[in-house]
Amino acid sequence: MAEYKWPEEGRRKYIGKRISRIDGPDKVSGRAKYTFDINRPGMLFGKVLRSPHAHARIVSIDTSAAESMPGVKGVRIIQGPGTEIQWAMDEIALVAAVDEGTAEDAARAIKVRYEVLPHVVNERDLDKVPAANRRPPTEQTKGDPETAFKGAEVVVEDVYGNDVITHCCLETHGVVTEWQGPNNVLLHQSTQAISGIGGEMARALQIPAGNVEVKMDHIGGGFGSKFPIDRWGVEATKLSKQLGGAPIKLMLERDAELTVAGTRPSAYARVKVGAKKDGTLVAWESESWGSGGVAGTGMPPYPYVWQFANQRTRHNSISTNNGPQRAWRAPNHPQACLVTMGALEDLAAKIGMDPLDFVLKNIELTGVRANVYRDELLKAAEMIEWKKLWRPRGTGGVGSTATVKRGLGLSLHTWGGGGHASDCDLTVHPDGSVEIRLGSQDLGTGTRTTIQIVVADSLAIPREMVKVHLGSNKYPPSGSSGGSTTIGGVSASSRRASIDALNLLLEKVAPTLGTTADKLEAIDGKIQVIGDPSKSVTWKQACAKLGTQPVTTRGKHPGRDNLTSAGVGGVQMADVSVDIETGIVRMNNFVAVQDCGLIIDLKTAESQVFGAMIMGVTFALYEEKVMDDQTGRMLNPNMEFYRLAGLTDIGNFKVHMMTGKGYDERGPIGLGEPPTVSPGAAIANAVANATGVRVPTLPLTPDRVLAALARKGDRA
Amino acid sequence: MSSSDERRDPVDSSSVSRRSFLKGTGVAGVALTIPTAPGVEARAGAAGVVVVGPEKSRITLNVNGSPRTLEVEPRVTLLDALRNDLDVTGAKRVCDRGTCGACSVILDSKLVYGCSVLAIEAQGRKIETVESLASNGELHPVQKAFVDNDAQQCGFCTPGFVMACKSLLDHHPEPTEEDIRQGLGGNLCRCGTYVGIKAAVAQAATELKKTRVKGGRRNG
Repeated sequence: MAEYKWPEEGRRKYIGKRISRIDGPDKVSGRAKYTFDINRPGMLFGKVLRSPHAHARIVSIDTSAAESMPGVKGVRIIQGPGTEIQWAMDEIALVAAVDEGTAEDAARAIKVRYEVLPHVVNERDLDKVPAANRRPPTEQTKGDPETAFKGAEVVVEDVYGNDVITHCCLETHGVVTEWQGPNNVLLHQSTQAISGIGGEMARALQIPAGNVEVKMDHIGGGFGSKFPIDRWGVEATKLSKQLGGAPIKLMLERDAELTVAGTRPSAYARVKVGAKKDGTLVAWESESWGSGGVAGTGMPPYPYVWQFANQRTRHNSISTNNGPQRAWRAPNHPQACLVTMGALEDLAAKIGMDPLDFVLKNIELTGVRANVYRDELLKAAEMIEWKKLWRPRGTGGVGSTATVKRGLGLSLHTWGGGGHASDCDLTVHPDGSVEIRLGSQDLGTGTRTTIQIVVADSLAIPREMVKVHLGSNKYPPSGSSGGSTTIGGVSASSRRASIDALNLLLEKVAPTLGTTADKLEAIDGKIQVIGDPSKSVTWKQACAKLGTQPVTTRGKHPGRDNLTSAGVGGVQMADVSVDIETGIVRMNNFVAVQDCGLIIDLKTAESQVFGAMIMGVTFALYEEKVMDDQTGRMLNPNMEFYRLAGLTDIGNFKVHMMTGKGYDERGPIGLGEPPTVSPGAAIANAVANATGVRVPTLPLTPDRVLAALARKGDRA
Repeated sequence: MSSSDERRDPVDSSSVSRRSFLKGTGVAGVALTIPTAPGVEARAGAAGVVVVGPEKSRITLNVNGSPRTLEVEPRVTLLDALRNDLDVTGAKRVCDRGTCGACSVILDSKLVYGCSVLAIEAQGRKIETVESLASNGELHPVQKAFVDNDAQQCGFCTPGFVMACKSLLDHHPEPTEEDIRQGLGGNLCRCGTYVGIKAAVAQAATELKKTRVKGGRRNG
C-alpha cells in the first residue's frame, strides 16, 4: 500500500509557484468553447414565455398562433392552466424555432390568461411583512444572556444587513440538448456538476443514467447557481425528443438570468451586543430575518466566528414572491459576517477602542483559529498601515477634507473547504506523455492548471507532458464544484493516481538499474537510485519499458484523508473615502490575508482572492435586486442598473497568502468561498469609521449614505 | 462616393452606416444585393432609401479578412450573425444591450459593441474579432499579457476585454490613467479580474512599444 503525502518543499518544482493557467491561451483567443458557443447541425433556438405576474393562477393558454408561425418547430407548455405561479418570470411555455427572432416572436404570440393574486416581494421592513408570509420564528439560547447583559458596561443596539443580490453569471444558465437515437441524450450544459447532472436528467426523462452524456469544457461563471439540471433544461430536452431529437439551444436571456436563476438571500438583524469598558465581550442577542424567495431562508450563523458564552438568536424566515435563492459563494457567511463585524465595530467605537485592538483583545473567542487570526490581523495591519492611518470614528481620517472623509474598517472570516470525493484516471503512455481524466470542471478557478501541476510534480516531469481532460461525465466521477471543495478533492485524487503510476513504473525500471523499486526515486525528469544520479534512466526511457501498452491508474480520494484538511481563516482591511456631499464611496486600499493550507498554484490562488475582493466591492457598494411592490417585478434585470464594479472602481488591492510551516502541511484547502466573506463587513465598517454613521444595509449606495448622514444631522 | 473613403471615416459606426444607406443606395424597394468582393458595396447609385426585410436578406460580411455570405433578417445584430450564423463565437453575448462589452469587436479600426450594430450595417466594413489576433499560432502581445498576468478567470468577459485593450493600445500606445478609464470602462467582469487586467495593459503597452521600435509587424 503506497503512502500518500505531499512532496517536501525541495521537491516542489511547480507546487506553490506562480504558474499561468493552462487554458489561458484558449480563453484569450476565443478558442475556448462555452455552452453558449456550442452550435450543432440543424440546431433550433429555444425561447421561454415567462409570467409577467409575481403571483397568479394560470387560467388558459393558447399556443395556436405560435405553432402556426413559419419557422416554429415546436411549442411545449411548461406550466399549464390551474398552476399557481409564485414569482415573476417563472416559465410558462417553451418554443423551438429555426432562429432566435422567430422563437421570440412565437413566444410572444402565445396567449395566456392569468388570475392575478396578491404578492409580497420586499421584506427589509419586518413590521410591514404580512403575517401570512412569516414562518414561526426559531430561537436558540446559550448561557444566560439576560444576566450577562446586566454585567455589560457598554451596549450597542442597531440594525444591520444586506438586500438580495443575484449571481449575474456572465454566461447565462442554459443548455444545448439533443437526442442521439431514441434513448440517448447529449447534453451540453453550463454546470458546476458535470458528474452529477447526467443522472439527474436521466431520472427526469426516465431513461438509464448512463444514457445521458454531459459535456462542458468551459463555464462562464457559476458562483453556486449552476448545480441543478433546471426545469428549462429538462423541458428543452423533452421538446427535442418531440422534434425527433433535434438539438435545441436554450440559454436564458439576461433579464431571466437576473430574475429567476438564483440569489443570495437578504439578511437583516436587530443586534444587541455588550462588553466591559476594557473591551471584553460579554453577550450577544439578535433578532434576524431574511428571504430567499417562497421557501424563506435559514438563519446565517450569528454571531459569526465569535463564540459568546452568553447569547440568544431569534430568526424569522420570510416567504416572498421572488425567484428562489441558490448557493452563492460562501452561503450565509457574508451576511453573518456583515452583521456580526458591524455590531462589533460599533461597540468598539462606543467604547472608544481601536477595532484592531478590540478584536485582538477578544481573539481567543474565535476558537481554534485564534493564532491564525492574530497573525493575519497583524500582517494585514502592516500591509494597510493601520496604526498610521486609523483614526477614531468620525474624526476625519488621515487625508480627509471638509467634504471627503477617509476611514478604515476590518473583518475576519472562516470557511471549511475540505476536498470532495474525487476519482481520476491517469494514463502514462510508452512515449512518456501523460493524460489525466476527471469528471470535474474548471470554473475559472484554475482547476485544470492545479491538476497538471500536481501530476507533473508527482512524476517529476515537465508540466507540458501532462494533458488534463475535464468536462465530461464519461470520465471518473468527481464532486460538484461548490463550497470550495474542488482543490482538495482533485489534487488528492491526482496525487494518489500519480504515485500509483510512478510505483508501477519504478517496478518496470528496477531490473534495468539493478535494484528494487523501493530504492528508486523520480527527480528532474529521471528515475534514479535514491541519491545517486549516476544510476538513472530518463522518464522517456522508463516509459518505453511499458512496451506498446499504456498504463492507467485510478486515483480515488474518498473525501477525507491525510492529503487534505478543512477550516481556514482570513482577515481583510479596507480603506475608503466617502464624499459626504454626494454620498459616493471610493475604495482607496483593500488588503486580504488568507490561509488555504498548501497552495498548488500561487498565481491562480491570488486571482481567486483578488476576484473575491472585487466581487465584495460590488456587493458592498452597488448590487441590489430591486423589487417593485406594485408590479412584483424586478426593476433592474439588466446590466446597466444591476451594477457591477468596473475597472476603475476598485482602488489599490493587495493580497497576502499565508504559507510555509503551520500551513503547508495541512494540504490544499478550498479558496473559492473564504475571501468573499469579509469584504461587505470591512467596507461597511470603513464607511462607518469615515463618516461617523452606520449605514444599516448594503449596498452602500449614495442615497443610503446621505440618508444615514442626514439622520445623524437630525440627532445632532 | 467610394466605400474606401468610408472605411477611413473614424466616426461612430452606426452613423456611418446610416449615412451609407441614405447616400449610397439607389435601387428603391429592392433588397441589398450581394457584394461581389470584400469592400465592394451594392450601394452605388442615386439617392434613395432601400427597404430591407423584414424577411431575410443575403449579405456578405468581411470577417477577419475573409468574405462570409449569410442570410439574416435586418433585425439581427452583428454579434448574433457572427455567433449563430458564422460560428465565430469568440465575442460573447452577455447583457445584449451595450453595457458590458463582452461582445466587443473592431469595425474599421474602431471598437464597437457587436450587440449594438446590426449585421446589415457591417457590410463592406472590416470586422475584426478576437479570433484574428493571434498569428501563426503566436499570441498577440495583448493576449500574452492577459495570460501572463492571469487577467481572466471564467474567461467569458476576456475576449471583449482583449479587443478593448487592443483597440485602446492601437489608439493610445502609451495610455494615461484616463485613457484606460475611457478605453476599458465599457467592459465588465464578474469574477473580478481587474487587478490582472490593469497589469496586462501595462505589460502589453511595453511590449508593443518594443515591437514598434524594432519596426515589427504591428503598427500600434
